[in-house]
Amino acid sequence: MNFERIREIIVKELRQSFREPRTRALMFIPPIIQFLVFGFVVNLDVERSKLAWYDQDNSPASRELRASFESSEYFIVTNTPSNPAELQDLMDRESVHSGVVVPPGFAEDLARGRSTRIQMLVEGTNSNTASILVNYASDIVRTYSSGRMVDLITQKRMARGGQIAKMQAPGIDLQQRVWFNPELKSRNYFIPGVAVNIITIVTLMLTAMAIVREKEIGTMEQLMVTPIKPIELMLGKTLPFAVVGLFDLTLIVILGILVFRIPFAGNAFLLLGASILFLFTTLGVGILISTVSNTQQQANLSTFFFFQPAFMLSGFAFPIRSMPEPVQWLTMVNPLRYFVEICRGVFLKGSGFDVLWPQFAALAVFGFCIITFSALRFHKRLD
Amino acid sequence: MTPHENTVIIDKLVKRFGDFVAVDDVSLTVKRGEIFGFLGPNGAGKSTTIRILCALLAPTSGVATVAGYDVAREPEAVKLHIGYMSQKFSLYDDLTVGENIEFFSGIYGVPRDIRDERRAYALRMAGLEEKEQTKTSLLAGGWKQRLALGCAILHQPPVVFLDEPTSGVDPLARRAFWDLINELSHAGHTVFVTTHYMEEAEYCHRVALMYRGRVISLGTPHDLRKQLRSDTLPEPTMEDVFVSMIEREDAALAGGKS
Ligand SMILES: Nc1ncnc2c1ncn2[C@@H]1O[C@H](COP(=O)(O)OP(=O)(O)O)[C@@H](O)[C@H]1O
Ligand SMILES: [Mg+2]
Repeated sequence: MNFERIREIIVKELRQSFREPRTRALMFIPPIIQFLVFGFVVNLDVERSKLAWYDQDNSPASRELRASFESSEYFIVTNTPSNPAELQDLMDRESVHSGVVVPPGFAEDLARGRSTRIQMLVEGTNSNTASILVNYASDIVRTYSSGRMVDLITQKRMARGGQIAKMQAPGIDLQQRVWFNPELKSRNYFIPGVAVNIITIVTLMLTAMAIVREKEIGTMEQLMVTPIKPIELMLGKTLPFAVVGLFDLTLIVILGILVFRIPFAGNAFLLLGASILFLFTTLGVGILISTVSNTQQQANLSTFFFFQPAFMLSGFAFPIRSMPEPVQWLTMVNPLRYFVEICRGVFLKGSGFDVLWPQFAALAVFGFCIITFSALRFHKRLD
Repeated sequence: MTPHENTVIIDKLVKRFGDFVAVDDVSLTVKRGEIFGFLGPNGAGKSTTIRILCALLAPTSGVATVAGYDVAREPEAVKLHIGYMSQKFSLYDDLTVGENIEFFSGIYGVPRDIRDERRAYALRMAGLEEKEQTKTSLLAGGWKQRLALGCAILHQPPVVFLDEPTSGVDPLARRAFWDLINELSHAGHTVFVTTHYMEEAEYCHRVALMYRGRVISLGTPHDLRKQLRSDTLPEPTMEDVFVSMIEREDAALAGGKS
């Protein structure tokens, strides 16, 4: 390997990228836009959600429970139905997002120290919002019951089917999430994912573009008759964008912490290490795309076809746990999934390598396979 | 190397793209220092032949050696000994003249101690001494081609392949470009050049006329014209030669079929 050749390619690549307005924009604009969109615009946090209160007990104890719901900023009691049909109707017309049913004998059971249950119905069309509401409700009930034996039975209603699906009472898992993101701020949950997105898009696109553009203008043919080795060309073409990707990532992390006050519980070097490992994958895919594309449009399209499903199945926006089981299996071969897990782990939980090593290992395996495969496909020939 | 050693040897070269035969059983040799012209209309197979010689395309059958290396078996060795200017302008438009030279010097691995000298040579040759800081996209066609040639020979390759270097360039600049080619030949470079301007054949030591993938005629411009000389056509031009050769070839093809 000749390092001078690699350096020449890198210097040229940087000169061109910074001179061309389109690539210059592509390097820094998407990160900032995505960041702002997810930071300011997408807000899945629930505030003052409409609640129907169906109190079959009507006792001081039940009114006290209602007061603790109302005093939270998450719920506002808008209706007090007096029979199940009325509650059903409110839910059907989506006048309320959720309903609480306090059973008769609630106060008496509490007074006798017996365990008792209240029921919660949640509009389940948006499973994210639904689980957030359930989390809030169980928090409130837990606080209220401290010492008292009240179980919250939650039921998720699917809006259209009309069926009532049993939902599990908050278990260990939910408690953990609440624990690590106590305010349940969706922003906290999203920003680490944004970092993943940015680094993927920027490195994937820029690499594929940088190679395909040379094919289009004909300079690739010129390069192929020089003594340059495929590996030198590959490194020269990917390293500059790896640096740009890492720069964008740093920008996101710093802005996230300073502007959005995202907790950063973990070790920055661990995140850097994971990012570098992850870059092997995205840069490898970028090269792979460039070997199958002859025009920038083709490259764009291929990038989209890779990125879209990878994004959907990364757990960035849609929790993997709520996916059908076969799809959950599919996410196992999605490198984005592991990087999202690492990012969230490092950001929110402060997890260390001792916990995240399986994800690191997965990224290393993917990176190695993809880079090797694309290097084998990357020839210095036209046919 | 002895002065008249063959630097390009092509033997029964065939290139197929699917069913289509782009290069059909071509055999020829080019001597060291020779300016060898490849003439023919668009689609004749000139670029395909050159790409095979530059080890960019694998031959379907036949053998070609360049500077002593087999293009199919030793492509990387071939690439160390050739300069190539493709049909399409292929320098970086968004880099300056100087940056292009610097880039290709690095890629070709021009030794550091002679790099400045080679850079100065390329600039002088292209007549761009004053334009080192100019963006390449701002150069006129003729200058661009001269710069491309300058960049293709930074590493002093023994064999230079030029694919239609003068197409789309004004006549004066074309003339100047051929002066450069002559200079290269005097300096000992073998120049393999394609063109579809028939009159440019006169600047070559020898020419091959290519038509539908086949070499239909080969010789010095003088010999080719002499063959056609007749009472009705006492001073045939290269154009006349080419037209008559094509007619003869078409007639032979038609005859062969019926
Ligand atoms: N990669 C390819 N695939 C299929 N056909 C090709 C390819 N490259 C060239 N050809 C065909 O081969 C013929 C010769 O092309 P080319 O060598 O470029 O001719 P010239 O340079 O003499 O104009 C043309 O008909 C062209 O369409
Ligand atoms: Mg051609």
